[in-house]
Amino acid sequence: MSESDIGLWSVPLAMLGGAIRVSTPFIFVSLGECLTERSGRINLGLEGVLVFGAMAGYGVAYETGSAWIGVGAAAMAGGAFGALHGWLCSLPKVNDIAIGIALMLLGMGLAFFFGKPYIQPVAPDLPAISFGWWSDAPQVVAALKVNVLFLAGFALALAMAWMFRATRIGLAVRVVGDSDDAARALGLKVNQTRFAATVAGGALAGVGGAYLSLYYPGSWNEGISSGQGLMAVALVIFARWNPIACFWAALLFGGAGALGPALQSVGVTQGYYLFYAAPYVLTLGLLIATSSTTRQLTGAPGALSITR
Amino acid sequence: MTAALCVGLAAFSLFLATIGKSPVEFYGLVYKAGFGTSFSWANTLSRTAPLLLAALCVALPARLGLIVIGGEGAIVLGGVAAGAVAMAAPGLPGGVGIALMAAAAALIGGAWIGAIGLLRYKRGVNETIASLLMAYIALALMNHLVEGPLRDPASLNKPSTAPLPEGFRIGDLPGLDVHWGLAVGVLGCVIAWALMERTRWGFAARIIGGNLRAAQVQGLPVGRLLFCWTALGGAFAGLAGMMEVAAVHGSANASLAAGYGYTGILVAFLARQNMLAIIPVAILLAGFEAANGLTQRRMDLPDATVLVLQGFVFIAILASETFYGRFKMFQPDRWSRS
Repeated sequence: MSESDIGLWSVPLAMLGGAIRVSTPFIFVSLGECLTERSGRINLGLEGVLVFGAMAGYGVAYETGSAWIGVGAAAMAGGAFGALHGWLCSLPKVNDIAIGIALMLLGMGLAFFFGKPYIQPVAPDLPAISFGWWSDAPQVVAALKVNVLFLAGFALALAMAWMFRATRIGLAVRVVGDSDDAARALGLKVNQTRFAATVAGGALAGVGGAYLSLYYPGSWNEGISSGQGLMAVALVIFARWNPIACFWAALLFGGAGALGPALQSVGVTQGYYLFYAAPYVLTLGLLIATSSTTRQLTGAPGALSITR
Repeated sequence: MTAALCVGLAAFSLFLATIGKSPVEFYGLVYKAGFGTSFSWANTLSRTAPLLLAALCVALPARLGLIVIGGEGAIVLGGVAAGAVAMAAPGLPGGVGIALMAAAAALIGGAWIGAIGLLRYKRGVNETIASLLMAYIALALMNHLVEGPLRDPASLNKPSTAPLPEGFRIGDLPGLDVHWGLAVGVLGCVIAWALMERTRWGFAARIIGGNLRAAQVQGLPVGRLLFCWTALGGAFAGLAGMMEVAAVHGSANASLAAGYGYTGILVAFLARQNMLAIIPVAILLAGFEAANGLTQRRMDLPDATVLVLQGFVFIAILASETFYGRFKMFQPDRWSRS
């Protein structure tokens, strides 16, 4: 590859780099949502958790000077939101979808409320590992700078797939998600299991938020998330509740999200806003293409309200 | 519902007290800025107008069992449609122009939300996620249109469509400092109530919401009903956008996305999807929004305070479902006669 003149190749290259950068929050939120949904509950509020995690992570990283403490704080905040959702939904007759919408509004509200003082200051960034040392082209180097959290997300996807397949905990989550009655017959505690899965899912979404504010785009502001949390929920359906498929789907969505900036970097400015809508259109298209009224979705947890 | 509202407000008071602000002062300021004087009433009622229509966009589909939360998209596109009509035919007489703008806004809003009902019926697409995604797409479309094809070259800092001709503007209600949108909103609620509670289409809609299987067994045209009712809700939301353009902003621009669609969700849930109960609830929440500026200045609270308040109330309302029928104080109130 010549180092100076890569011309139009810079678009797919920027999209690859962008896909890796943009997809990380998708990976974490979708894995969290995957875990929650496998236990038979849907948390639509992860968008709010993501935004609050971004604020909490940024604020704590700024106050303590350590990005990793920020990530931990974001996970804890996300877990707290998950606990709220899990507790409210364990009450009889409470609708988990509606609670999710309320949590989305509350999470954003609280994040904007407490986040005001952190819009200006600069917090430390998360470290990245450069895999582009073999190339001279700056675009290649930039595209292959991979954040540690991306790698952690990949490892987590593998670990979660193994957990569902081969461990006692994974089996318990799957049984609870498929049938309340079967779970009770096995002596599993349905509400406790769902609660734990929702808390863990919220914590993962919080980490996704911390990535947004601490690495890319790397600052806290009120427009930091534009529906990533919600797209991740749709992404889990598309990935058929399979953690490994969630990872690949997140990369695909990240690539779609990177289309706008990539085209802009080579000077395409026409229809700028339409390219930014690409991830939403992709999500909607996939949702339409993969949903069906006549057959149960393959791999769908039986107790999940969304598949009815 | 009043009890749950009070619990939500009490929880918010606790929140304020924890961060060292006085809840008493807060509610005092809300009363003063939202309902205290004729000026604050005018402010509150102007904000009520779009909320009424946005809440209908949630409440109507909800009666058929669909949770549609993307009304913001229909509002934004309705506003842009109104701006586009005014740009295409600025020479029309005022009355015709306003009617055309309203028709275009209702049409695009109805098609946008109706599509969600249709997708639900035809493909089983989850309407909650789809509607919110479509709200984001609508926002992108609006930004594209007002910064591209529909942009008025004279609007420098804030890209907008061309200002509406004088005759296309909607004035105030006689004797009040509130624009006609309020009357349209109240009328919309009454019409929606009459359609839902007093006609056979409304009856069919409530059967679908109660038990989809039963409706299918009865041979009701489920697909058509789902489309028509969601489209009606979307048409109301589209009208809200048109009213904002014709009565408040004077041209279509990014100010259209003011979050009325999202507050409308809370209004509809607080009113327990009852079309008439929407009116008082919308006035109350509009009052809180109207007071936001004053609480910011006097108490040094951030502008997101009203969002936090709404979140607390929303969660209290939903959590109160669990107490229904168990305690006397949580019995359905006099509005829910259906």
